[in-house]
Amino acid sequence: MKNYALRPLYVIICLVIVVLIIREVYVPKDFGVHGESYMYGWHRKGNEDEWKAFKVKYKFDNEYCKDCHSDKYDSIMQSPHAIIKCENCHGPAFDHPTDPPKLTIDKSRGLCIRCHASLPYPQASRSNIRGIDPDKHNAEIECSMCHNPHKPSLEGMK
Amino acid sequence: MITRRDLIKNAVTGIAGIALPLVSVKIINAAETLFPDRFEKPSVLWGFVVDTLKCVGCGLCVKACKEENEIPYNTPISRTWVERYIILKDGRVLIDSPDAARDGYTSQKVRDTVVNPENIAKAFFVPKLCNQCENPPCVQVCPVGATYKTPDGVILVDRTWCIGCGYCIQSCPYGVRFFHPVHKVAEKCTFCYHRITKGMKTACVEACPFGARQIGNLRDRNDPVAKIISTERVAVLKDAYGTKPQVYYIGLDENVR
Amino acid sequence: MIPEIQEIVVHGAEWTHKELFTYPNEYIYWTIQIVMYPLMTGFVAGAFVLSSLYHVFGQKDLKDLAKFSLVFSFALLLVAPMPLLFHLLQPQRNHHVFMTPHFTSAIAAFGLVFSLYAALVAYEIWFVYRKHFVETALSLSKKADKTIAEKAQYFINNLLTLGAYNITEEAVRKDEKAVKLLAAIGIPIACFLHGYAGFIFGSVKANALWMTPLMPVIFIMSAIVSGVALCILSYIVIMEWKKFRATKKHEDRMSLAIKGAEIDVIHKSSRYLIGAMVAAITLEVLDLVFRGYTAMKSWDILRSVIYGKDFANIFIFQYTLGNIVPFAMLLLPGLTIRRTIIATILVMMGVFMMRWNVVIGGQSFSLSFAGYMDYTLPVIPHNWETFREGVGGALVIAVLPFIFFYFFNKFAPTLQFTKKDMPK
Repeated sequence: MKNYALRPLYVIICLVIVVLIIREVYVPKDFGVHGESYMYGWHRKGNEDEWKAFKVKYKFDNEYCKDCHSDKYDSIMQSPHAIIKCENCHGPAFDHPTDPPKLTIDKSRGLCIRCHASLPYPQASRSNIRGIDPDKHNAEIECSMCHNPHKPSLEGMK
Repeated sequence: MITRRDLIKNAVTGIAGIALPLVSVKIINAAETLFPDRFEKPSVLWGFVVDTLKCVGCGLCVKACKEENEIPYNTPISRTWVERYIILKDGRVLIDSPDAARDGYTSQKVRDTVVNPENIAKAFFVPKLCNQCENPPCVQVCPVGATYKTPDGVILVDRTWCIGCGYCIQSCPYGVRFFHPVHKVAEKCTFCYHRITKGMKTACVEACPFGARQIGNLRDRNDPVAKIISTERVAVLKDAYGTKPQVYYIGLDENVR
Repeated sequence: MIPEIQEIVVHGAEWTHKELFTYPNEYIYWTIQIVMYPLMTGFVAGAFVLSSLYHVFGQKDLKDLAKFSLVFSFALLLVAPMPLLFHLLQPQRNHHVFMTPHFTSAIAAFGLVFSLYAALVAYEIWFVYRKHFVETALSLSKKADKTIAEKAQYFINNLLTLGAYNITEEAVRKDEKAVKLLAAIGIPIACFLHGYAGFIFGSVKANALWMTPLMPVIFIMSAIVSGVALCILSYIVIMEWKKFRATKKHEDRMSLAIKGAEIDVIHKSSRYLIGAMVAAITLEVLDLVFRGYTAMKSWDILRSVIYGKDFANIFIFQYTLGNIVPFAMLLLPGLTIRRTIIATILVMMGVFMMRWNVVIGGQSFSLSFAGYMDYTLPVIPHNWETFREGVGGALVIAVLPFIFFYFFNKFAPTLQFTKKDMPK
């Protein structure tokens, strides 16, 4: 009588082989240790290129806007707002003017009081920015009713 | 009976015999030959500098990050955020980050606490983002190899492979990871990998009007970021955890969490 | 571009209430199912160890209970991965743990350890019941007109024999030797099955409450407590229920000698329970004392959680009601079945609270050490997520082992209810 004691073991081994076969088929070929070590480099190499190909939304280059919007560009670049990139307020350019043909013009108070809500913090750079109390200073109307964001000086006021 | 001549001859032969394999071990390192990509040092290692002295808490970095990296604007999670610290004269420390500072700081109130300006000893803003650690505990604990470190030091997540167990989120001491509300996998700041590998800078670095954020190559001695780190007084967050973060802070206060 | 979504939900926002300062991305991500998972693996490990006490150490009084524990351990084992399937955000990718395991992660060990343990328990059950499979198959083969149920039973029993029909005295003795070997190997593996779960928490340096080298050992001891308590309780319930039903519809009072739960079996097994309880509570108190003594940076917030918010959960429900009270109840002389029932129920509540206090407790303070998060377990589900990560999902996990056991018991009968109808 053959030794039957190992029969369940054979069943188990068959199951393991099935799992290994599935693994050969399922796991992408570029999955492995790529990089300095197994601990930090165990991954599918192709994913790196997938992330590199992620769509860029912002250009963050004011020069890009200069040619078509030279008036706004010149105006803002001579003001303290020169440090703000166009897309900070107007949103990402994507392939503007092809797509989208128009960028947003956000006139909400929320955009301006990001910097101009006065916060009394002496050592922080915040206190170098002239600010107001947003609840008390013309609370119901848009800032741009009186202030020109591209020429924010008090002389530029409407 | 061994003669002096034999002794010297054998000794020299023996030493030369041992020296050759010893020398060859240095000349030919088997591991280096077999696995070259583990030993070549890439020319780029991304590093980041945050200057807390310049941050005004406008939150334009958070807004730009959310737009650039498709994190839903109306959710309170974010790849990067800004914290506000108000240390009062009585010693109390008030900290907040309203909706990750996506709309900036526009109120003097910290949650529901009204703060009397005269009680403020010091107050400042601290931007935070993924530290792209050299020894990332989040990568160590991923059970399936969905998160990893690129050769240039950025930690990424493979969205097609992540099973959503959350172990990486639990193991990050800095709390930078979260579940993406749409893709339902682990998510974190990628140093805008899609931008920096094309010669651009990260969205948050470009968005900041005050230059509080900078990114650069730590392997390039002439890089501004590398110069700041090597010549100015900088600090990292929670270095006791041994993670070796690559984000360096200028003006880091002891109250910063 | 982001697709149009009606309602974009941040996972965890619904059941997390934040207080003071927490990092914006912090939510309670590991919830009731992550409490259930170590609970289940703990039962598995404990039940198996109890079974092995008979097979390896020859504790003859535990024979019936040992068989029951072994089969019940297998039923629990099959339910153990389900809390994880309920928890994962991408459960359809769960096989990735088997496809590309990253063994620097304790969770990756799950794939290997779990499979190994399942194989071992199945193997041992096969040896214990092989004679029964053969006898059932042979007696059914002689029957001419089999009903459909009997045909199925015949087919399955035949399959389960794996073609090994030799049931001579010698073969059966070999079976018993194999059982002894597997039971012995299985004890460290069962401990590992739950010890690694403790390692999952204990190795997270980012979490001030979880991080301790004691965690794997605490979990192992707690596993043994839970498994032994569960088996004692299940044994009592099943034996008494069968006795109740049999006496209600007795056929022949003379020939049937109905056994209920036997007090000496309970007495013996409760001694193991007490030993494991002492070990478990000692380690936990040791961990707490060390933390308070060394007073690391995290101690302030931990103290406010342990002695403040979670005081009732830890000291009243877990330590007192879940440990000290059942400890006294089991030690006092004159142990009765009723007292054992109450004691084991309290022990299991204590075991549940231990896992709750570790998993939820560890997430109830912020990484900033400057804020808190409260967890409200979803009770009435309004979508799939609040069901699977709520009371509903937990109840499914709690009930399933008994359902599986009911079916397994039909092929691998365990507890002997009458002296006439059971194989040895």
